[in-house]
Amino acid sequence: MQQSVALQTKNVQKVKRVKNAQGKKMFLYILPFLLLSFAFSYFPLHGWIYAFFDYKPPLKLSQCKFVGLDWFKLLFTNPTQIKQLLKVMSNTFAISGLTLATSFFPVLFAVFLNEIKSKWFKNIVQTLTTLPNFISWVMVYSVAFSLFSATGMVNTFLINTGLLTRPIKFLDGDSHTWLAMLLWYTWKGLGWGAIMYLAAIAGIDQDLYEAARVDGAGRFRLMWHVTLPALLPTFFVLILLSLANFLNNGLDQYYVFQNSFNKEHIQVLDLYVYNIGMTGRSPSMATAIGMLKSLVSVTLLAVCNMVSKKVRGESII
Amino acid sequence: MKNIGDKTGKRSKPDIVFIVENYALFAVYTLICLYPFYYLVINSISANDLSANGIINFLPRQIHLRNYIEVFKIKGLMTAAGVSLARTVVGTVFTVLASAFLGFMFTQQKLWGRKFWYRFIVITMYFNAGLIPMFITMKNLQLTNNFLVYVIPAIVQPFNIILSKTYVESIPASLQEAAEIDGAGIITIFTRIILPTCKPILATIAIFSAVAQWNSFQDTLIYVTDQKLYSLQYLLYCYINQANSLKALIMNSVGTYSNVMTLATQQTPTSVRMTVTVIVALPILFVYPIFQRYFIKGIMIGSVKG
Repeated sequence: MQQSVALQTKNVQKVKRVKNAQGKKMFLYILPFLLLSFAFSYFPLHGWIYAFFDYKPPLKLSQCKFVGLDWFKLLFTNPTQIKQLLKVMSNTFAISGLTLATSFFPVLFAVFLNEIKSKWFKNIVQTLTTLPNFISWVMVYSVAFSLFSATGMVNTFLINTGLLTRPIKFLDGDSHTWLAMLLWYTWKGLGWGAIMYLAAIAGIDQDLYEAARVDGAGRFRLMWHVTLPALLPTFFVLILLSLANFLNNGLDQYYVFQNSFNKEHIQVLDLYVYNIGMTGRSPSMATAIGMLKSLVSVTLLAVCNMVSKKVRGESII
Repeated sequence: MKNIGDKTGKRSKPDIVFIVENYALFAVYTLICLYPFYYLVINSISANDLSANGIINFLPRQIHLRNYIEVFKIKGLMTAAGVSLARTVVGTVFTVLASAFLGFMFTQQKLWGRKFWYRFIVITMYFNAGLIPMFITMKNLQLTNNFLVYVIPAIVQPFNIILSKTYVESIPASLQEAAEIDGAGIITIFTRIILPTCKPILATIAIFSAVAQWNSFQDTLIYVTDQKLYSLQYLLYCYINQANSLKALIMNSVGTYSNVMTLATQQTPTSVRMTVTVIVALPILFVYPIFQRYFIKGIMIGSVKG
């Protein structure tokens, strides 16, 4: 009896050892991918030390002067630098704020599209309005250029019909730049943004509608009291995510639309980092700003995640 | 989703107004989304002197397809098309295989340090070193001005790995156990069982990464100065912003005053810009409607556990 138990534990141990060996072998299989992940996500963090040097690109880092926290101090004490940073921050806040304030658009889009009975019409709308999401910002810019440049379709049309004598500077001017950026962003993303909500609507229990209808609810009350509440959880998560990404506007959109006329109002943080860092004027300063941006973003994400856990009992990441 | 309207009888007047308005609004917005593409297409096939004057707005005139032939004679365009195509194919194949393999491996309880390594990869979604540190890293890894910069950093994509892991978890474990009893090793199980059963999710990942690769612009902007490695997107951006140098380029490559050319088929910066835009957009315009359900599936699974 005792012997067999001992034998069994021995066997279990043996199985365990074999499994361990197998597990290690499997680890070797994924090791190359872990190294890739390390090389392109963790290893670049060492570049943050460039924020503490006066890095002059052709030189090696060891040949550059260590300046400690000078870049960070400069950022917050030098009047011209402060002014510029404030400008950039106001662009970032304005554009992110506008995006955030209009993030209920896809919800409305979905709720109203759901009211359309014709299936083929709905399908066509859904397919065609999501299309712009899948073209790049360069192509969006090309579209914008074809339609809105001085010789573009809109200006030519207005001049030919005699409504205008001189072309409006839609692209190479600086009027309403924030709004224009918001509109292009919306054009690109609205249809796609609605898809998740449309799916949520599809999941609503039809009995709810039936019950509300029996209670005498009309179309708008159904939309307000049944459809909309079902979308709120998704909406809440997306709002939190865009709050977490408040400083990350991305580079592409602003880079392609940028020109010497609208630079004042289009330079968001990501573009600013590119402009001062890659044009060679001040890579160390760009690194310092990028570093602060990353730290703030991670903090924001953590806070939003905490809020989500408190409110929904579920994390967003 | 269906039958929300009043089934019992006549619709009230405000209700009809609402329905009509609702249809009208969506029709208008859909046109706003579609028209720009239509505009580019009709202009790229109309007489070039007319489209340069901006008078082709609704219907094409004097249709010809010369632009699509001539444009490829411009120096650099063929190379850029090749680069874009190559990065799309190679990049997609790599990331699909890697995502499938890693997603599968991370479901294996035996894997040494499974949870830790999974988190090690997933957590990289939430931070980044920033532009300059990335540039310095790529430079030190000899990846600047290197085709591999388009492909290698895109292989391990945490989000795709989450997607495929979630999918593999939904496959009955008995399938793998049966294969193990038959003596199949981990690689055999992956290639013979996991890859075939994961087709739907892999199609989704493939579609998403192919679009991302084709559309990518930033990596050329930051890491590439060698013209031979320009992607189509980047070249298009250059064409839009440098109309004058484009004009010179057209003269050199296509030859403006050859006697075969008439005003209608002579290449202009406008015609080149529009034709290239259509060429760049075409794969997306074709691929998207066909694979729409995969796109939608992707965003759905992603939203369950992002």
